[in-house]
Formats: sequence, structure tokens, C-alpha cells
Amino acid sequence: MSMALRGIYIIWYRELLRFVRERSRIVATMAMPLLFLVIFGAGLKNSMGPLAPGVDFLQFMYPGIIAMSVLMTSFMGGMSVVWDREFGFLKEVLVAPLSRSGVALGKTLGGATVAMIQGILLLVLAPIVGADLTPLLVLKLVPLMLLLAVTVSAFGILIASRIQSMQAFPMVMQVVVFPLIFLSGVFFPVNNVPVWLEVLAKINPVTYGVDATRHLFLTLDNGLRVSLFGHTMGTLEDVAIVLAFGAVAVIAAVWSFEKQG
Amino acid sequence: MNAIEVRGLVRKFGELTAVKDVTFDVRQGEIFGFLGPNGAGKTTTINILCTLLKPTSGQATVNGFDVIRQRNQVRQSIGLVFQDPSLDEYLTAQENLKFHAFAYNVPDTEQRIEEVLKLVELWERRRNQVRTFSGGMKRRLEIARGLLHHPKVLFLDEPTLGLDPQTRGSIWQHLLEMQKEEAVTIFLTTHYMDEAEHCDRIAIIDYGSIVALDTPEILKAQVGGDIITLEVRDTEAASRELVERYHISPRVDNGLIQFEVEQGSRFIPDFVRGFAQDIRAVSLRSPTLDDVFLKLTGRAIREEEGDSKDMMRTHMRAWRGGRQ
Repeated sequence: MSMALRGIYIIWYRELLRFVRERSRIVATMAMPLLFLVIFGAGLKNSMGPLAPGVDFLQFMYPGIIAMSVLMTSFMGGMSVVWDREFGFLKEVLVAPLSRSGVALGKTLGGATVAMIQGILLLVLAPIVGADLTPLLVLKLVPLMLLLAVTVSAFGILIASRIQSMQAFPMVMQVVVFPLIFLSGVFFPVNNVPVWLEVLAKINPVTYGVDATRHLFLTLDNGLRVSLFGHTMGTLEDVAIVLAFGAVAVIAAVWSFEKQG
Repeated sequence: MNAIEVRGLVRKFGELTAVKDVTFDVRQGEIFGFLGPNGAGKTTTINILCTLLKPTSGQATVNGFDVIRQRNQVRQSIGLVFQDPSLDEYLTAQENLKFHAFAYNVPDTEQRIEEVLKLVELWERRRNQVRTFSGGMKRRLEIARGLLHHPKVLFLDEPTLGLDPQTRGSIWQHLLEMQKEEAVTIFLTTHYMDEAEHCDRIAIIDYGSIVALDTPEILKAQVGGDIITLEVRDTEAASRELVERYHISPRVDNGLIQFEVEQGSRFIPDFVRGFAQDIRAVSLRSPTLDDVFLKLTGRAIREEEGDSKDMMRTHMRAWRGGRQ
């Protein structure tokens, strides 16, 4: 096996092994979306009323929460480079005869796979929120989750190679991750909002990931779908945008990871 | 061919020159020690030799491979035990080794893992997560891992730092045994003098330069005989008498007078009888590497030990420097 493939495989494998090991991490990353669903859902469902015929707030929010969960987990996966550096394991990796780009790709894919599994686990809740889960839907959802996860995981690696220690981590959450989530249309449609908010939401690539996920679950009218320059986005167009951002993020992540050490 | 050849190696971190024009060879199969106080440039040198850091100038080869141009060949042919732990604590001992075996493309993985784990007496604990291990066990596991892929040279950066004396002893026992069994060249850094005694040859490094390089025996012989320590009532008068009557230049440290003479045990009886000053105590010992260091640099190595935070900073700096 070539050096690059060996790097990708072994790093990816370790990420999965760690995921299985750290059960507390699974619980923690499942807890947050659940909290959002239960508290926001229950709290706002009745006072908001249906957003569209047959679509209540919980049904609107659920696909977004899945996307959010995938985003959080994959970002953490990429950022775990910082942990590896702090606890020394990165040295073992960097001094091994593996190609750096292989290691970076393995890390991206590992974080993304874990995030995808987490997203799939959240599908268990579909019947509770009243979402209609068909095999075809799952078949479409899984690659979409993976695409979003790879994009965000690579972005996490990019950030991780720019920060020096774990101390910067809370700051990154506040300044990068929360804005990405809150400005992505997870909690509200991004059309009927002030212009500044709309602009910010529409340059956020996560918005299109959330929109695509939501399209797969629900048939929505134009008011609830993301529109760009007056054009209502279709699912494939959403996917194309995420794919473009993803390609850039992966290339940037590999490049910045290669530069270290 | 020498296991390691270093020519005119220089490494600067901004204004600071951590390694200044260092040249040396390490022969195949020997235990070669880099001895010096913290911040002397030991870790920087090791990081350059194991391709984690690029030198500012100069050349180095490991197993005949250039550390700048043939990084992957160098990496495949060396084993490393870092100063700070570099294990994945959430994986088991066996999983850590499997990771390593795959990364280095080791044939007959299972059998080799069993071999090295038995060598460091961790076979029984193979299924335990590393975070449940003691400091000494972790270090032993890292040594096993460093050996896993049959490296020709094993680098050990302060292999017993932070371990208690008993554990240090057992680590050395393992190292010596393994060196015999695996016929591997060992390059190690240390600031423990007693540890340097295990080496076939030692380079003493201070402020980034090698100040001496030889076997421990020859280095100690340089001190010039045995060390006599005197406790007297009046140190000044005693020092004066030593200079004037015996043509000896003594050092005064902590109120004690110290000097070297050849054949100290024969010197003492006459000396004590004839010395005009009031002697309270006299002791005689053979020279240690501490004395060698003192003689070469004018300082005791122990005084140079920074606190752990200082060390951490030096280390972090060296490590970060590599990612520029």
C-alpha cells in the first residue's frame, strides 16, 4: 500500500477506534441536539404554530438539528489535531514514514465518518418528531451528511493548525462554531430576516447544507427555502455549493497540515 | 559506515542559537550519550536527527540517509522515544503498537508485538488502556514501540525524566537487555550523570557546543586523579597553604575545599600529618562525570537544572520552531 493510502487508512481507523472508546463523547454530542429538540421544540412548537401547511416548528427544526450535530461533531474531529498535539500523539504521527497529506485526509475522513454515524443515530428520533423516514430518504441523507462532515472536518483541521493550544478552544467555539450554526437557518428561515443577517447567513456555506437536508425531509414552499439573488435554491444547487466549499476546505487543510513540522 | 554522522550542524531560533556548529559520529552498535544541562541543545539536535526539525545549516546523515533530503528513509530506519509521552492514552497498549506497526509497514505484526511487549514485561497488560499505566509503564511501552519496526538506531530523549530512581533503574535494565537482543545503536540525551555512565561514549554539550567527546573512563581520567574534599575551620588560610605549599589550586564550594590529586589514598596520611590548618573532616572519592562537567565548564550540571516550567518552555519553543 502506498504511503498516502497507509496514512489515510490508519488515521481514519484510529479516529473510529477512539470514537468507540470514548463513550462519554458520544453521549455529550448526542445530548446537545436532543436538548435543542426537546426544549426549543416543546417550548416554541405551540406558540409558533405551523410554519407551513403540515409543517410545525419541530419538523422544521429537526433536519437542521441533524445538520448541526454533524457539523459540531466533524468540527471537533478536525480540531482534535490540537488535542493530539497537546498530548504528544501528533509527534508519533508526524515522525512516522507516512505522507502528511495522507494523514490530513485520514483525519478529515475519520472526523467525518464519526459525524456521519452520529447523524445516522439521530435519525432514530424521526418518528417522535413526526418525520417520514423512507429508505430512499436515508440513502440520500447519508452521502449529504458525509459531504457536509468532510467540509467542516477539513475546516476544523485548518483552524487547528492555526491555533497553538487548547486554551484557544473556547474562543474558537464562540467566534467560529456558534456563528456558523446560528447563522445557518437551523432555527429559523433565513429569508424574512434583517438584511445584515440574511447576508451573513447566505455567505455561510452551512446554510446550504442545512437547506439541502431540510429539502430531503420536507416539501416546503418558497418562503421557507433559501433563495440566492431572487433564485430559490434546489437541493442539487445546495449540494453543489457545499461541494465547492468542501473542495477548497480539504485542499486548504492538507496544505496547512503539510506545512507543520 | 557510521550510524550517525553530523557535520557542522547549526540551528537558530530567531536570535538564539540552540546548536552551534556541532560535529560528531556515532558508531554502529554503541550507546552514545548526549550529556548536558537543560537548554544545552540536546533536544534540538535529536529533533534534527529524527527529521522533525530542519537545521539552519550543516549536514547530518542517519544510517547513511540525509536527514533533509531523505526524510522518509531516515524515519523508517529509526525508533524514537520522546521526552514527553506520545501515546494515545485512550487506546490499549496493543492498539498503540498496532497503529505503529501499520504506519511503519511491519511484517508479522502480531508476533513482533508479542515479542516487544514481552521484552518490556507488558504482555499481561496488553489489553489495558494506556491511561491506566504508571509513568514507568508508559515509558517502557514507548521503548517497545520505538523498537517495533526493527530500527537500526533508537533515539531516546531523556528516557527517564520524571521517573523515580527505582523505575529509572528498571528502565535501564530493559534498555541494556534490549540493546543486546536487538543489536541496535542507541543515541540518548540525559542530564543525569549516573545515566551517562551506561554509555560507551559521551558527548558533553554546553550552550549548543560539544565541549568533550570520549568514553566515560577517559573523560573521568581527564579530571586528574582523585577528588579530595576538606572541611576546615579557616577556609581562606587553608586555601592559601594549599597553593603555597602543595602548588594545588583548590575550589571552595559551600564552605568545603575541593581539589584533585593523583593517588589520593596515598596522599592523605602525609597530608593530614603535615597540614598546618585545623582539619575537621577529609573525604576521598573517584571522579564522576559531574566533576568532568565542572572541570570543563566551571559549573556543576545540577545548578543548571531549570524548573520544569523552564524546561517545558524550551521544549515547546524547539517544537514550535519546527512548524514555521
